[in-house]
Amino acid sequence: MIDRKDVEHVARLTRLALTEEELERMREQLNSILTHLDTLRGVDTEGVEPTAHAVDLVNVMREDEVEPCLPQDSMLANAPDRSGELFRVPRIIEE
Amino acid sequence: MSAPAHYEVVIGLEVHAQLLTRSKMFCGCPTTFGAAPNSQTCPVCQGMPGVLPVVNKKAIELAMRTALAFGCRVNPACRFARKHYYYPDMPKNYQISQYEEPLAEEGRLEIDIDGASRTIGIQRLHLEEDVGKLVHEGTLETAQASLVDFNRSGVPLMETVSKPDLRSPEEAAAYLKAFRAVLVFLGVCDGNMEEGSLRCDANVSLRPRGSTTLGTKVEIKNLNSFRNVQRALEFEVKRQAQALDAGEGIRQETRLWEADRGYTRSMRSKEYAHDYRYFPEPDLVPLRIDSRWVDEIQAALPELPRARRQRFVAQYGLPGYDADVLTQSRALGDYYEAVLREPAPSAGADRPKIVSNWVMSELLRVLPGDDERAIATSPIPPRHLAGLLRLIDDGTISGKIAKDVFQKMFDSREDAATIVGREGLTQVADETALGAIVDSVMAANPKAIDDFKRGKTVAKKSLFGQVMKATGGKANPTLVDRLLEDKLAKIQR
Repeated sequence: MIDRKDVEHVARLTRLALTEEELERMREQLNSILTHLDTLRGVDTEGVEPTAHAVDLVNVMREDEVEPCLPQDSMLANAPDRSGELFRVPRIIEE
Repeated sequence: MSAPAHYEVVIGLEVHAQLLTRSKMFCGCPTTFGAAPNSQTCPVCQGMPGVLPVVNKKAIELAMRTALAFGCRVNPACRFARKHYYYPDMPKNYQISQYEEPLAEEGRLEIDIDGASRTIGIQRLHLEEDVGKLVHEGTLETAQASLVDFNRSGVPLMETVSKPDLRSPEEAAAYLKAFRAVLVFLGVCDGNMEEGSLRCDANVSLRPRGSTTLGTKVEIKNLNSFRNVQRALEFEVKRQAQALDAGEGIRQETRLWEADRGYTRSMRSKEYAHDYRYFPEPDLVPLRIDSRWVDEIQAALPELPRARRQRFVAQYGLPGYDADVLTQSRALGDYYEAVLREPAPSAGADRPKIVSNWVMSELLRVLPGDDERAIATSPIPPRHLAGLLRLIDDGTISGKIAKDVFQKMFDSREDAATIVGREGLTQVADETALGAIVDSVMAANPKAIDDFKRGKTVAKKSLFGQVMKATGGKANPTLVDRLLEDKLAKIQR
């Protein structure tokens, strides 16, 4: 079971500022997801190789060829803040 | 500086190398260094939601080439994983890397330290994507914001983790040098540490001498030159030894090397969280690397610097120094051997050494020997250098003139024969013509003749110089010497 401390830890790692109410809601939702996983865990997987994919594909690759990029202005268009050609983000050196 | 004698230093290095692909790891954006900020990006490498990364086959092959050169086992199955952390250099909040199933494991690298050879184990080699570049607005202390350039984001990175086999800061620097040399030789990385193509982190711990368990390790980041690797580790070894001597424990942490200030400082835990919550990357299917693919890459492996150095000594009888210089890059060794393969009907048995001398003293005077491209595209191709040496061998030009011709060849890209023909540099080796010049020089220098008669043999040297000057340096020196000898002998009688 996931407790409040776990939720706070994950929230901190993902830089999410959750209110007390949200922390509690997340705790409940995460636990219900884990309960669902327990149901899945009940399936007999004897002799089945673990996989991260539902499709039976390997080695999907591309040749090393340069393709057009998106124009600089388009890439910067959605930036909340910019400084010339650069994205501007809040200071990340912490005291 | 070495560690206090009662401690043994244990170091492992993690080296990140940008692979020399034209396009990025998971998209077709170019990898060219130095472009205008954010001009080489697309939704994939900017981490927009809903995009689909596709693996660059060349990146896999370059990493396989490196793995095989280090004698690693290339795993038949490997996959990518998401490494989660939250930082503005990576907008999708995870880096595509490899975790439990890396591309290759269990290799080794030979290093030379204090004239002896040591084998350093390589634990694993895996692929990942580079992240964007952050610069602080203003100074570090007063910065209100950071600025991000995502051109580097998604460039293929190969991370190679050594085993904790290194026993001193000097060995760590030697490992990094040898590592870089192999990568550059293989053509998988340009090795440019200033531009960040090769970056290094170190894990270092101390333990009482004789102990077999590892001490608490500290990771040091930001080691961007051979010198910094050594300096940072020397500082850290000293810091840890002092802490241990004082009975303080070592905290397992990540420290940042401040090159300008010459010390390591603790990085705050928020700057560097170790909880990455890896899981298999669902957007990429696994890789299956069969033995046929491995064999193909293995067969195309070039001879490595160390083996080539040993062969140059054994096969050509070169001094170790020459072999070192000539194998500093793949292109230079190739160049040297290409000259040797050219015909040289009048050359002596010492030709390999003579060619080595010309490459070392003349070619490397005008081109940097460790610059693969500069050597490979030399204005004087190996064929032209061989042609120049043939003109010396058959007496057409003197060695002295040949050096001038070499410079002219470099400037004009013409071959030696063309320059020598046009500029009339052909050596005067006609005995009658040269005899007449010697006679006139002797006639014009009665004082030298008198000196010689009085036993001042040095006067002959002065006459020799006059003859060479009169012929614009083109006279065959051996012949001039013999003619002078004969004619002076007659005078003396």
